[in-house]
Amino acid sequence: MDLRFRGAEPSEEERAAVDALLGPPASAWDGGGRSEADLRVAVRAESQRDMLLPALHAVNDRVGWISEGALDYICRRLTVPPAEAYGVATFYSLFSMEPRPKRVLHVCTDLACQAKGGEDVRRQVEERLGPPGTSWHESPCLGLCERAPAALALEAGTPPKAQVYAPANASLTLGSPTPNGTTPSLDVAGDAPVAAAVPQAGQDGLTLLRRVGTTDPASLDDYRAAGGYTALRRAFELGPAGVIREVLESGLVGRGGAAFPTGRKWDATARQPDHPHYLVCNADESEPGTFKDRVIMEGDPYALVEAMTIAAYATGCAKGYLYIRGEYPRATARLQHAIATARARGLLGDDILGKGLSFDIELRRGAGAYICGEETAIFNSIEGQRGEPRSKPPFPVEKGLFGKPTVVNNVETLVNVLPILERGARAYAAAEPKLFCVSGAVERPGVYELTFGATLRELLDLTGTTGTTRAVLLGGAAGAFVTDLDIPLTFEGTRNAGATLGSGVVLVIDDTVDMKRLLLRIAEFFRDESCGQCVPCRVGTVRQEEALHRLSRRVSDDDLVLLREVGQTMRDASICGLGQTAWNAVESAIDRLGVFR
Amino acid sequence: MIPLQPPRRLIDVQIDGEDVRVPEGSTILDACHAAGKDIPTLCYGDTLTPKNACRVCVVEVEGARTLAPACSRKAEAGMKVGTDTERARQSRKVVLELLGSSVDLSTTPRAAEWTEEYGADPARFGDDAATVEQPAKVDNDLYVRDYSKCILCYKCVDACGDQWQNTFAIAVAGRGFDATISTEFEAPLTDSACVYCGNCVEVCPTGALSFKTEFDMRAEGTWDESRQSETTTVCSYCGVGCNLTLHVQDNKIVKVSSPHDNPVTKGNLCVKGRFGYGYV
Ligand SMILES: Cc1cc2nc3c(=O)[nH]c(=O)nc-3n(C[C@H](O)[C@H](O)[C@H](O)COP(=O)(O)O)c2cc1C
Ligand code: SF4
Ligand code: SF4
Ligand code: SF4
Ligand code: FES
Repeated sequence: MDLRFRGAEPSEEERAAVDALLGPPASAWDGGGRSEADLRVAVRAESQRDMLLPALHAVNDRVGWISEGALDYICRRLTVPPAEAYGVATFYSLFSMEPRPKRVLHVCTDLACQAKGGEDVRRQVEERLGPPGTSWHESPCLGLCERAPAALALEAGTPPKAQVYAPANASLTLGSPTPNGTTPSLDVAGDAPVAAAVPQAGQDGLTLLRRVGTTDPASLDDYRAAGGYTALRRAFELGPAGVIREVLESGLVGRGGAAFPTGRKWDATARQPDHPHYLVCNADESEPGTFKDRVIMEGDPYALVEAMTIAAYATGCAKGYLYIRGEYPRATARLQHAIATARARGLLGDDILGKGLSFDIELRRGAGAYICGEETAIFNSIEGQRGEPRSKPPFPVEKGLFGKPTVVNNVETLVNVLPILERGARAYAAAEPKLFCVSGAVERPGVYELTFGATLRELLDLTGTTGTTRAVLLGGAAGAFVTDLDIPLTFEGTRNAGATLGSGVVLVIDDTVDMKRLLLRIAEFFRDESCGQCVPCRVGTVRQEEALHRLSRRVSDDDLVLLREVGQTMRDASICGLGQTAWNAVESAIDRLGVFR
Repeated sequence: MIPLQPPRRLIDVQIDGEDVRVPEGSTILDACHAAGKDIPTLCYGDTLTPKNACRVCVVEVEGARTLAPACSRKAEAGMKVGTDTERARQSRKVVLELLGSSVDLSTTPRAAEWTEEYGADPARFGDDAATVEQPAKVDNDLYVRDYSKCILCYKCVDACGDQWQNTFAIAVAGRGFDATISTEFEAPLTDSACVYCGNCVEVCPTGALSFKTEFDMRAEGTWDESRQSETTTVCSYCGVGCNLTLHVQDNKIVKVSSPHDNPVTKGNLCVKGRFGYGYV
C-alpha cells in the first residue's frame, strides 16, 4: 500500500501521547528524525493495525480530541492508511475529531435513568452548559443503573481522570476538575463502594457474588485467602479435556445474551487444528440496564483473571483479550491492577504455577459503541477495524480474531467456571447461580444472585417495588416487556413467555413512567448504535423512530403497520443481533401493554 | 497458461423445489443462477468479495431462523432454498422501500423494475423521512461523487482498498445512518491518496460515482444510453494490454469501462486507460 499524508503535523503533546504507547519512532519513515540509516532501510511493511484503537485512546485521553496531525502520526507509526484510520476513529462515540474541552460530561439519558428522573438532570445540565455537543453529551446507558440517574465526567490529561455522579443531582459540580491527586489508578472520584451495588453483599449462600464487598479487590492475597485459585489448581488436575467435560456436564450456557452452551463452544475451539487459538472475554456490557459484569470486575477482578486462565488452558489459547467498554474507568483500573499483580506473581505469563501453561491477558478498552459487544464486531474492533459485525458462518470457533479459532465469552459466563470446578459439575448444576440487574421502580436496586427457577415475583420480593408496577422490561432494550410476575427466571421459562433472559436486565416500570417516551428512547438507542452496515437496520431503525415520533403525537394504523413490517424485515434480514432484536421491546409494549391503543 | 483446477465435488441443493447441482463452494446465488432464477442484487459485485450489506438478495433457507443473503451464503448439500416465498418477497419489498426512501435510486439500473415487481412504495414513509441527500462532490475533472445516490454497498472501498487497487483513498466513516464514504477528514479527492484509477467508478452499482462527462451530460439532459455504442479494444499506453470498453455517443467517447470477465484485469484499469482517452 502506498501511504500518502496531507502534511498535518502532530503537536508535541500528541506525539508524546503516541510515543508513550508505542515507544519512540525508529526512523524518519514512521515520524522520527531523519538519519543516515534512513536512506538505506525500507519502510517497515507490516502494519500494526491492531494498535490503532489503543493509539487513538492515547491521544484522546491526553488531549481530549484527535487532530489530523495526531491521526497522521498514528498512521505513520502503525502503517495504516489515513482514510481507514479516520473511518475507525469516527466510528466510536468517545472520540472527537474536533477540538473540545478536556473535560466532557456524559449524561445518561437511557432507560433506567429515564425511569428515575434523568430528564431533570439533563435539563439542569443544559441550562448550565448550553446545548449538548462539546462540553457535555447525552449518553447511552452508563451501566450505573442501580444508582440512576447517572452521569460520568471524563477528563483528558496525564493521567486522565474520571468522576462518577450517581445518583446525579443538584450537587453535580459541573466543570470543576476531580480533586487533585486522585488518579483513576484504583478509585474513580465520586464512586460509591462496589458493595453498594449488591444488596445481598456478605450474605451466606452466594456463589458468584460471595467475594464482592467482603474481599479486597486490590489484594491478590485476600483473593487467595478467600478461596481464589483453587479452581485453577483443580483444572490442572483434570487436564484440558477434563475441564471441558466438567463444563459440558454442568450445562452452563452463555450469559451474554445468546444462551449458547459454553462447553460446546470450548470443545469446538479446542479441537480446531488451526493455531493459535484466541480467548476473548466480552466485557463490553453496553446493553441498557445491564451492570452485573461491571460489579464483578470491580468487586472481584481476580476471579475473572483466574476464570480466563482456566478457559485458556482448556481451549489451548496462549493469549486472551479482555475487551471492556470505555465507560467503565473503575473496572478498567481494577482489572489492570489485577492483571499486573497476577503477572508479577506467576499467575499469568510463562509457566503459570509451574505447570508449563503460558497465557497472558491484554486489556482492550472500547470507545463507546454498543455494537462492539457483538461477538464478531469485537474482533474487528480489536484488530483496529470499524466495529462492524462479520457475517456468520464462519463462526468464531472456526475463524475469529485475526482469522483464528476464538472463544468469546461473557464475564459472568467465565466466572461461573470457578464454582463448576470447585464443586464439581453436578453439585453446581443442582444450584446454578444467575445474576440479575434490577433497576427502576424498586426499593433496593442492584445486582442480585438467585438460583435458576426462582420467579420474577420472588426476585421482586427481595428488591421491593415502589409505586404500582406496570410492567417489567426483561433482557434490556433488546428484550421484552412482561406483566406476568410468575414467569420463572430460566432461559426456557422466559422463552415460553415470549421474552428472554438476555443479559439479566430486570427494569421495573411503575405507572409514573411515560411509556411513549421510553419506547422512543429504545428506538433512538438502536438508531444511534446501529453500525450502519446493512440496510434493514441502518434505515429501518430510523424509519421506526420516525414512526414512533408520529405515533406519540397521534395514533395511526398506517404507522403501526409500518412499524411491524419494518420490524419484521429487520428481524429477518439484518446481518446481526442488533438489527434482529431492535424491534422486540417496542413490539411487546404495543402488543402486551397496549401503548398505542 | 491457465493452471488446472482440482476437480470440485458437486453438491445437490433444492431451489424452489427444483434440484440443482453446483460445485462445492458455490453460493446460493450461483445455485439460483444455475436454476435460472433472477434474484435482485445491489451490493453484490462479480469481481469483489460479497459484503452482503444491501440485503435485497435474501432467500428463505429451510430450518434457518433468519433469511440468508444469497450472494454470500455458501450452498450446502441438501439445502432447501425458497427464493420467492412470501417472507423473502416481503423482506425485499421493505428493503427496497427503505433504500428508495433514503437514497436517490434514479440512476440505479433495475431499481425501478424491482420496485414495481415487489410492489414497493418508498413514499409510504412520508415526506419527512430522513434521506442521505447532499450536494454532489465535484472536486476534480475526472469523476464526481454524488453521495445522495450512495447505498453504502462498500464496493468502492473494497476496490480501492485491499481487494484491487491497494490505494486506500476512501473508507466508510461515521456510524449508522450517518455513515458515509469519505477520504480522511473529508479532504477533497485532489488532496487525498486517490490515484484516479476509476476502479471505484467501475464497480459502483448506483451511479453515485460517475465520469465527469456523464455527470455533466446528465445535468444538461444530453446523456442518452440508447444513442451510445460500446467498442472493446486494447489500451495503447503500456505493454500490459488491458481491455478497454469505449462508450461512444455522437462520435465522442463519454466514458471508459473495462470487461469484468478479462482474467487479467477483471475490470480494473489505471488512470491512463480509464481517463486518458483525449488523444483518440
Ligand atoms: C448488539 C449486540 C451486543 C452485545 N453485547 C454484548 C455484551 O456487551 N457482552 C456480552 O457478553 N455479550 C454481548 N452480546 C452477545 C455476544 O455476541 C456473544 O453472544 C456473547 O459474548 C457470547 O458469550 P457467552 O456465550 O458467554 O454468552 C451482544 C450481542 C449483540 C448482537
Ligand atoms: S444489524 Fe445493524 S448493527 Fe448489525 S450489522 Fe446490520 S447495521 Fe450493523
Ligand atoms: S479512483 Fe482509484 S484510487 Fe481513487 S478512490 Fe477510486 S479506486 Fe481509489
Ligand atoms: S459510492 Fe457507489 S460503490 Fe461506493 S458505497 Fe456508495 S453505492 Fe457503493
Ligand atoms: S446483493 Fe446480497 S446482500 Fe446485497
